This record gives sequence, C-alpha cells and structure tokens, in this order.
Amino acid sequence: MGLQAYLTLAAVVFCIGLFGVMTRRNTIGILLGIELMLNSVNINLVAFARYLGDVTGMVFTVFTICITVAEAALGLSIVILLFRVRRTVTADQLDLLKG
Amino acid sequence: MSGEVLAFWALAIVLVGSALAVVLTKNLFHAVLWLALALTGTAGVFLLLEAEFLAAVQLLLYAGGIVTIMVFAIVVTERLVGERISQTSRRIGAGAVVAAGLLALLVRTVAQQRVPPTPPEMPGELTRTIGQTVLTQFVLPFELLAVLMLAGLMGAIYFARPDD
Repeated sequence: MGLQAYLTLAAVVFCIGLFGVMTRRNTIGILLGIELMLNSVNINLVAFARYLGDVTGMVFTVFTICITVAEAALGLSIVILLFRVRRTVTADQLDLLKG
Repeated sequence: MSGEVLAFWALAIVLVGSALAVVLTKNLFHAVLWLALALTGTAGVFLLLEAEFLAAVQLLLYAGGIVTIMVFAIVVTERLVGERISQTSRRIGAGAVVAAGLLALLVRTVAQQRVPPTPPEMPGELTRTIGQTVLTQFVLPFELLAVLMLAGLMGAIYFARPDD
C-alpha cells in the first residue's frame, strides 16, 4: 500500500471525528470525537515516519499519545465537575459565560 | 504483498465503520465501546506500518486507559444525574456538509502530492531506535512531558475533589 492510502484513511477518520464534534450535544460525545481526530493524526505521523525512513514521526506519536491521555483525563474531570455543579449533560445548556 | 493490501482494507473498513458508529450511535456507552474498537483498529494500522512498540502503547494507553476513564466518567455522571444518558445530535446536515467538504479538500491535496511509493527498509530494531531518540535528541520534550503529566494529574485531582 502506498503512503497515500494511509493518509486518505487518516483523513476519513479525522473528518468523521470532526463531524462528531460538531453535531454531538453531549459533552462526553464531543470528547469522543476529539479522541478520533487526535487518533487519526497519529496514523499520519506513523505513516510518514515509515515511508520517509525517519523515526522522528514515531517519537512524536509517543508524545501525542501521552498528551492525549492527559487531555482526556482533564476533560473528563471537567465534565464530572460540570455535571456536579450544573446537573446537565448538554453542551448547549452550559451557557454560563453568555453575555 | 497481497496479504498486506488485504489487511489494510480490512483494518480500514473496521476503523471507518467503528468511527462512524462512535459519532452516530444514540447510546453513549455503546459509543465508547465503538471507540475502543476504533483505537484497536488503529493499533492494527501501526502494526501494518511495522511500529510494534507504538501498537503496544496504543493498546495500553488508549484502548486500556482512555476507554476505562470514559466508562468511569459515564457511570459516575449517570449516577449524579440520576437518569440514563442518551445523546442526540443536532444539525447533522450542516455538520456532514462541512466534514465532507474538508474530506474532499484533504483527499484532493493528498492525491496531488508526489510521495515515495514504497517504504525504505527501517534500520534495525525500531523500538531501540525510538528509545534512543527519545532520550538523546528529544530529551527536553520528554522531561517537559513529565511536568505536563504531573500538572494534569494535579488538575484532575483538584477538579474531582469532594465538596468542601
């Protein structure tokens, strides 16, 4: 398989994740979409590293995976805190900052 | 060669199908389980690209860690809210148009590039090379990552603390 096949696959998964982020009402659902997007970027990095014979892309994938885990843990703790304070699951109802 | 092509298409179908299920299914719990399948499929893609170490990290951290946290968060918030969390989507048409437009742009750009058709031979043991690169060339980002992890850990504990 050529590099373009992997890049296209990653683009498809990225756009599906973007669709999820834009259309989901639930905050955890939005986080799931973000996970998909971050995940597809990792496919790109590893594919480029493999096809260019340069290990840097794989090192960066290790870094992005770690950062994604930290992001998920913080995002979900924020969601739990929001639920505790506002008692709602819907992103549209979290309009505390609305002027 | 034909085995590789077959494996790629099987993984692509699993990955795209489970990703679609993540963003389309009504039940949030099922969405998380579909996400676990999508992340496992990505680990398969990494294996196909001969990055065994990254496939292992992907399974341990993503499919193991993140999915566990997500399930935990759903269970906790369901108990707090006191009702089963289902999720609906809004503005599906507009979202699909934007996503499809970006996809067309990306695919067109990718198709226009001249890329190396076949991967070169990777040098020796890839895992050893990754480890040596992390601890020599990228040692500063590696240490900063430790600080980020600590900050994230403290932030999560602070957010999730019991009420005073």
